[in-house]
Amino acid sequence: MSKWYIGEGDHNDIVISTRVRLARNLADYPFPSRLDNRSKIKINELVRDAIADREHLQYTELKTLTRAEIVSLAERHLISPEFASSSDGRALLMSDNEDVSIMLCEEDHIRLQVMKSGLNLSEAYEIADRIDNEINESLNYAFDERLGYLTQNPTNLGTGMRASVMLHLPALGREGRMNTLALTVSKLGLNIRPAYDENGMALGSLYQLSNQVSLGISEAAAIENLKSITLQLATQERAARKEMANSINVQDEVYRAYGILKSARILPIEEFMSLISSVRLGKVLGILDTDIKTINELMVSMQSATINAFVGRTLEAGERDIERAKIVRERL
Amino acid sequence: MLCQNCKKNEATTHIKRIVNGETTQAHLCSDCAKSLGYDSMFSDFGFGFSDMLRSFFNEPVLASLGSRELRCDRCGSTFADIVNSGKIGCADCYETFYDKLLPSLERLHGKTSHEGKIPNGSPEIKKKSELEQLKDELDEAVREQNYEKAAELRDKIKSIESEDKGNE
Repeated sequence: MSKWYIGEGDHNDIVISTRVRLARNLADYPFPSRLDNRSKIKINELVRDAIADREHLQYTELKTLTRAEIVSLAERHLISPEFASSSDGRALLMSDNEDVSIMLCEEDHIRLQVMKSGLNLSEAYEIADRIDNEINESLNYAFDERLGYLTQNPTNLGTGMRASVMLHLPALGREGRMNTLALTVSKLGLNIRPAYDENGMALGSLYQLSNQVSLGISEAAAIENLKSITLQLATQERAARKEMANSINVQDEVYRAYGILKSARILPIEEFMSLISSVRLGKVLGILDTDIKTINELMVSMQSATINAFVGRTLEAGERDIERAKIVRERL
Repeated sequence: MLCQNCKKNEATTHIKRIVNGETTQAHLCSDCAKSLGYDSMFSDFGFGFSDMLRSFFNEPVLASLGSRELRCDRCGSTFADIVNSGKIGCADCYETFYDKLLPSLERLHGKTSHEGKIPNGSPEIKKKSELEQLKDELDEAVREQNYEKAAELRDKIKSIESEDKGNE
């Protein structure tokens, strides 16, 4: 079965993936920071029993996974870095194709996440909404009429929803417009940040755009808002790319990047992300005829722990860069 | 106008904020404005909830809260616990500390009233919101002088309300 990032989806020249996350807590228990491990495991099992069979989700206690496997899940954005930071009392429910994952006893009892490729907010929300209703059939949620779904951190009150899209913005980034854009979207109740942050720089020009506010705005309105800003950013990025397409400098950069990826023997992550970003740009500008699915898959699966998990053991940094170069040569 | 917070002193600080096009206003005396952190109003949002609460409740205020020892009946959290950890203890804490939390919730979200989905598992809430919806429609029908529709809505509301009484 294909993973969420392998499909193509709408606006996939710019939008790599869509994610909708709902935060929920059970009415009958205090929030996770006030729970001991036994109660956490009890909650994990209650949620598992309510939904695992019905949605064909695999239940895994985090402590049964290796460190590399856990970090790899975080690198692929299937779980949060916060969830990966400790395995005590935590468990995960996940679908075969990894598009649905439910983090249990992270910051909230339930963090339900649905991922789709391309710009696909409505479908992702519909699935999350359905699973949310199914869990709610047998378990009562902490809810207040004034404040909505109650969460451990008040930033998630209200709908408990965080919807986000992962954007590839090589042209806008190059023009140095990201800081201005970040300011503009924050005024519209959204937040944009690097998807893979390396000292404040966005590796591979990948950004995560998400809604900031969850109280006093309905799911539908927040999604509509996010969608319309995404489309506006896409329009701007396309306009900036159009000017680049005929530039011999850009063509040179794209072919060089492709050449290095196809032949290098050592590839550090920063260099890899920068080159694959150029190759992806070359593909959508029509300069290169490579497979966009392969590019997307490589972009989100060549992080360090994912390579460790792929090889099955923890590699030294130098070894890992050699392994990365090998995988990239074979797949690209 | 009296200060919204202490309801004792004259409000001298008037704060108008626009978040997502929604305007909210606060009228406070200068002491409350300071203790609620409005002197650091223009600092950015890029810090955690704990920091935000700290900026609202400076040390003397926290100490006085601590001495009164208001605790959540269910999980035992004090307000100082919440401020220090940036984490709410349980669902009941929101009820216990509602008034204290409200200014920071407003600052976080710009609004303090939920819109959107409600749990399907709580029939009481559903019924209540259905009733509110019907009452709103009734008001509108009356305003539009659509008395036929108003009568229909009134009957519906009556039947839901009498159903409730029957259950008690």
